[in-house]
Amino acid sequence: MNIHEYQARQLLRDHGIPVKPDFMATSVDEVEQKLSRLIGPPWIIKAQAHTGGRGKAGGVKLAKSKEEALAHAKNILGMTLVTPQTGPKGKLVRRIMVAEDTRIAKEYYLGFLADRATASYIFIGSTEGGVEIEKVAAETPDKIIKVAVDPVSGYRAYHGTEMSRRLGFKGALAKQLNQVMSGMYQLFISKDASLVEINPLVRTPEDTLFALDAKVTFDDNGLARHPEIASLRDIDEEDPNEVLASRHDLSYIKLDGTIGCLVNGAGLAMATMDIVKHYGGSPANFLDVGGSASTEKVTEAFKIILSDPNVRGILVNIFGGIMKCDVIAEGIVAASKTLGVKVPIVARLDGTNVEQGKKILAGSGLKIIPASSLGEAARLIVKEATSP
Amino acid sequence: MAILVDKNTRLICQGFTGQHGTFHSLKCAEYGTKFVGGVVPGKGGTIHEGYPVFDTVAEAVEKQKANATMIFVPALYCRDAILEAVDAGLELVICITEGVPANDMMFVKRYLQGKKTRLIGPNCPGAISPGKAKVGIMPAAIHQEGSVGVISRSGTLTYEAVNQLTKLGIGQSTCIGIGGDPVIGTNFIDALELFKADKQTKAVLMIGEIGGSLEEETARWIKKNFPKPVAAFIAGATAPPGRRMGHAGAIISGGKGTYAEKVKVLKTCGIKVARTPAEMGETMKKAMGR
Repeated sequence: MNIHEYQARQLLRDHGIPVKPDFMATSVDEVEQKLSRLIGPPWIIKAQAHTGGRGKAGGVKLAKSKEEALAHAKNILGMTLVTPQTGPKGKLVRRIMVAEDTRIAKEYYLGFLADRATASYIFIGSTEGGVEIEKVAAETPDKIIKVAVDPVSGYRAYHGTEMSRRLGFKGALAKQLNQVMSGMYQLFISKDASLVEINPLVRTPEDTLFALDAKVTFDDNGLARHPEIASLRDIDEEDPNEVLASRHDLSYIKLDGTIGCLVNGAGLAMATMDIVKHYGGSPANFLDVGGSASTEKVTEAFKIILSDPNVRGILVNIFGGIMKCDVIAEGIVAASKTLGVKVPIVARLDGTNVEQGKKILAGSGLKIIPASSLGEAARLIVKEATSP
Repeated sequence: MAILVDKNTRLICQGFTGQHGTFHSLKCAEYGTKFVGGVVPGKGGTIHEGYPVFDTVAEAVEKQKANATMIFVPALYCRDAILEAVDAGLELVICITEGVPANDMMFVKRYLQGKKTRLIGPNCPGAISPGKAKVGIMPAAIHQEGSVGVISRSGTLTYEAVNQLTKLGIGQSTCIGIGGDPVIGTNFIDALELFKADKQTKAVLMIGEIGGSLEEETARWIKKNFPKPVAAFIAGATAPPGRRMGHAGAIISGGKGTYAEKVKVLKTCGIKVARTPAEMGETMKKAMGR
């Protein structure tokens, strides 16, 4: 799960990391009311939307007076941010953050995440802050500093000392860095984060550290034990169909093609998309109904697939293990009847209770085209969905 | 021979009395696996579906000489369930549950280092050695005893592959779903080392996914260390970058872990790669020179 920058900054503050005061606003009036809380001008006005590259897209401005602050707020609220991450459709800005300005002597990068390959946590630091760290890693890998943290023994002060040594921090700066790193680690572990990133971490001319921009993402699997984190979710930032799907415990991702796919299991769902493409079609979505689908769940899955106006046909591919084919077949029939499905459906069922499943489909009186293998199913649906 | 599970497996189930735990434990027993009881804290001393229930794994080891466990407890309890099984000295822990927090698995994985316990999963279908034992949720009927080892990150895609093999008359030694999560107990190379030493296994079918670099590392390892024929399929050729496709592991980031990159490395390392998921069986057949 992603959160907004102003939320991430608050979490850093909660964990003892120095961050300049700020507030979030959804209207110009609100900015006017709250502005007196901050020291300034100058202030920074930043679009709050789940995407990087906001500055380049015009979503970050410096205001040197109250009038300028209100003018920037007016311009940014309601604008559509187009960044490499959002694609051409862009993202509507519904919230802005207004923050006190920070004087900068130097910008650094500091991130904490899990290194899957070594099953260890890792702090990544760099003297090249404020730019994309992926770019630094690709172009000047010697400027990337890595300090591993063992998941069992956890963060210790020496990890901070090592990072300070390699970043060239001494005395009070090293002490501050230790506090920042300790806070990042505590936040990551105690809230089940999957990334805690400060970019840039700035050093002021007075040798004080501040976290300027923060990105914190969370492991969806951990949200159940952190309701306070789950409540930070902003569903306005997500695709409405994907939100609906997650409510029904379905895993759905919208794509640009014309063939709707309904599959059990993430790997098989991906493979089904691949074979559709191989036979010249293009998948309209990824949809995994999971291990225990009911008739209601299958109906919801159909509804979500059909809400995409580009869909010209639906491929159902179920390999029953836990999931029984007859349950899926009943779901398909019920969904087709209640929703009055107009597009062709190709159904490929295999595994547990396959014979009962096939009988249900054949006896339904609906035009559901049976397929006996994955290859045949893909060929059939591509033919059906592309024929005029 | 086969690997991981066989006639010597003495299986317990943690989370035995739950709906899935009950259903699949009975299916495993029905297949012929030596199922010796369940572990559910607070229900020790009772009998469920004719099998004894214990409070702790240690008690099940003491009384039933259990050496393997299949875990169905809810996701947030899996860390403790796995640690308990490791501390009780079980040889094999198979965690079926999906949705285990990644930080829990980071701790478990580090804790497992230097211990004798092997962990498969989480978020996996388990392992089956056809004709000998089944520890997991896979449909038994599609399997046939034979000489091909199957390793996969996915559940249902593994069933698809096994079904194709069986229909071509190619049986399997052991089929293992290693799980789709970013941090898992046993990876491809660990499983291949077992297959390498196994006389019954003559060839291996490996099913990977986009994301991460597990498949590439494995391919390089195979080229150096694994003398038996290997065929592979990589799912996710059409997946868009930056999106998580159900499996937490299946995400392409920063140009790494793409389909093209993986296939290129696999082929360079002498592995036959199926072009579509419908050709996994055929590709294995060709790799075996049949």
